[in-house]
Amino acid sequence: MTFSAPEIAAKHQPGQFIILRIDAVGERIPLTIADSDTKDGTITLIVQAVGKTTQQLAGLKPGDNIQDLSGPLGMPTQIEKNLGTVVVIGGGVGTAPLYPIARGFKAAGNKIITILGARNKDLLILQKEFEDLSDELIVMTDDGSLGTKGLVTNALQGLIDRKEDIQKVVAIGPLIMMKFVVELTKQHDLPTVVSLNSMMIDGTGMCGGCRLKVGGQTRFTCVHGPEFDGLQVDFDTLLRRGNTYKHEEQCRLDKFLKG
Amino acid sequence: MTEKIPRQKKNEQEPQVRNKNFTEVTQNYTAEQAKLEAGRCLSCQKPACVSGCPVNVQIPQFIQQVKAGNFAEAYTIIKKDNYLPAICGRVCPQETQCEGRCVLGKTGGAVAIGNLERFVADNAPVETWHATSLQGRSKIAIIGSGPSGLTCAAELNAAGVDVTVYEALHELGGVLAYGIPEFRLPKAIVRREINSLAQSGVKFETNMVIGKIFTIAELLQEKGFSAVYIASGAGFPSFMGIQGEDLNCVYSANEYLTRINLMKAYLPDADTPILRSKRVAVVGGGNVAMDAARSAQRLGAEQVYLIYRRSRAEMPARQEEIQHAEEEGIEFLLLHNPVAYSGDEKGFVKSATLQKMRLGEPDASGRRKPIPEEGSEFELAVDAVIVAVGTQANPIIKDTTPDLETNKHGYIVVDENGKTSKPGVYAGGDIASGAATVILAMGAGKKAAKAILETI
Repeated sequence: MTFSAPEIAAKHQPGQFIILRIDAVGERIPLTIADSDTKDGTITLIVQAVGKTTQQLAGLKPGDNIQDLSGPLGMPTQIEKNLGTVVVIGGGVGTAPLYPIARGFKAAGNKIITILGARNKDLLILQKEFEDLSDELIVMTDDGSLGTKGLVTNALQGLIDRKEDIQKVVAIGPLIMMKFVVELTKQHDLPTVVSLNSMMIDGTGMCGGCRLKVGGQTRFTCVHGPEFDGLQVDFDTLLRRGNTYKHEEQCRLDKFLKG
Repeated sequence: MTEKIPRQKKNEQEPQVRNKNFTEVTQNYTAEQAKLEAGRCLSCQKPACVSGCPVNVQIPQFIQQVKAGNFAEAYTIIKKDNYLPAICGRVCPQETQCEGRCVLGKTGGAVAIGNLERFVADNAPVETWHATSLQGRSKIAIIGSGPSGLTCAAELNAAGVDVTVYEALHELGGVLAYGIPEFRLPKAIVRREINSLAQSGVKFETNMVIGKIFTIAELLQEKGFSAVYIASGAGFPSFMGIQGEDLNCVYSANEYLTRINLMKAYLPDADTPILRSKRVAVVGGGNVAMDAARSAQRLGAEQVYLIYRRSRAEMPARQEEIQHAEEEGIEFLLLHNPVAYSGDEKGFVKSATLQKMRLGEPDASGRRKPIPEEGSEFELAVDAVIVAVGTQANPIIKDTTPDLETNKHGYIVVDENGKTSKPGVYAGGDIASGAATVILAMGAGKKAAKAILETI
């Protein structure tokens, strides 16, 4: 969905996120900016309706307003010039914020190999855009309804097996996907950047709700991230912390769906 | 000789009633009580109380008006020096400031200046000032709508300056909005005081994280501001770095209090969740620790432990807050310190390992240094831990303003007028001094406003 936010659009750099709140009783949720248009003064967010707030967002109609939108937040992606081959891996809605990053790396003179993964062909997004941008595109679906049946890690393994000279991997998707990508790249010492969607409240460094350990040091996703050296990230702790409010989240979703 | 009038007691909710609700603990004096209390003031020729107030409110003058029942006049006198009296009357540590210097205090009965200030502010009609509108007047940007930013904004606005306050969160007030709980400082009071500033001409912009949406340099060069006052606070929470600190339900006090105060997680229709923990450990001995402990109790905890590594005498919290916490059933584990937390199979915290401490010689802070007692560790079963061991400087502004000098802790270096190393840039409150009090932050805002006014 696209929001009018001229000041945020003017400042947005790939890798950054916003925090939004729909209404007066709403919670603050972080969403990575998928794209921005400085001419129209808009930012684009691609949202998967997984809980109460995202369901409510998905129900908004063109012309509706939301109460609060704050950004751009977090550190921008570090785009390096002429590295060589950069493999970008997008899983599910993570494909959306990956796009401006891939575009940045391409413009900086790198070879881009894209691996996109989704549960099935209906959930695959931005395929055309990535096809135009990438030197090579590999599509993976869990059920084989498009591209090759299997996981993004199978495709990455394939590139490693064929001795592709990979200089960098950028992976954005569900935590569990990023965890398995990193488990593979660790074995081959491939520098890997991941973008984390931690639980956040303020998104300005004030509360530490989004904290994680990176290389043994406490880091706040909202201020020091959201991108980190994937090889240093403690994914198990993140996965576990993400379950803190599972029951409360389900209750709010059930109540919302019942109307 | 007439009988001496004792200091009027505060009207408080009973501890076993109030520890189950978020309604304000202390209610206002009645008009009768206020007049009686005001009558105790000796109207000193050289009032020590005024010098004890960081913004130098003309205390005997306003109290004389209260005594005479001229409450509106009393309000006007206070407002000359303090734009947020309803807030200061509630949260200032008066015992170490104005009331601490009151001559009657020598016999234990200082005039209740804070209560009187609050009474006057709460009963005043909402008023607005119409600042002198100057053609082509200077534009000043203020970063942060906490006590320091609000005071600076009010001072500048009253002098006819065009003031814009940028706030990162969706609600105005800084720590007054997200930190200090409703039962100590009702948010309606905060909104009322801020609304009156807005009506008198101060512009407020929320959801603006300065450093990200605009840098300081952009505010000065592109946005047309002739000076910037940074009052962004020190809300970057510290953790102890001990094992298990990232288990589920180990919170910073800022997170816990933000969920409750800013996001209203204690109300049934709020989308922001909070878990209703049963056995809660709060680590720390400051006002923030007291606020977190008392909030946990109000969310229905069966037992809240306050764990502090020194003794009661060294606690930085206000006496009144410590006493309120105790009355409400918070159990104090003094001379104790956590060394690790352990979790259940799902990763939720289930116990804290505490170590007993003893006090050694005074350290650099002047307080006696806590020393661990070897072999004294024991387990305390808890299902939530709230870490309230202080905050650090938020790095966002520093990292995006390379020519701004900061000290080794990341706080902005300022001179006695709040001037930083960068021309046109001033700073004050916690981002310059480190975590301190509301009223000291206000004092810094007032000083910086004066310094800014001298340059424009």
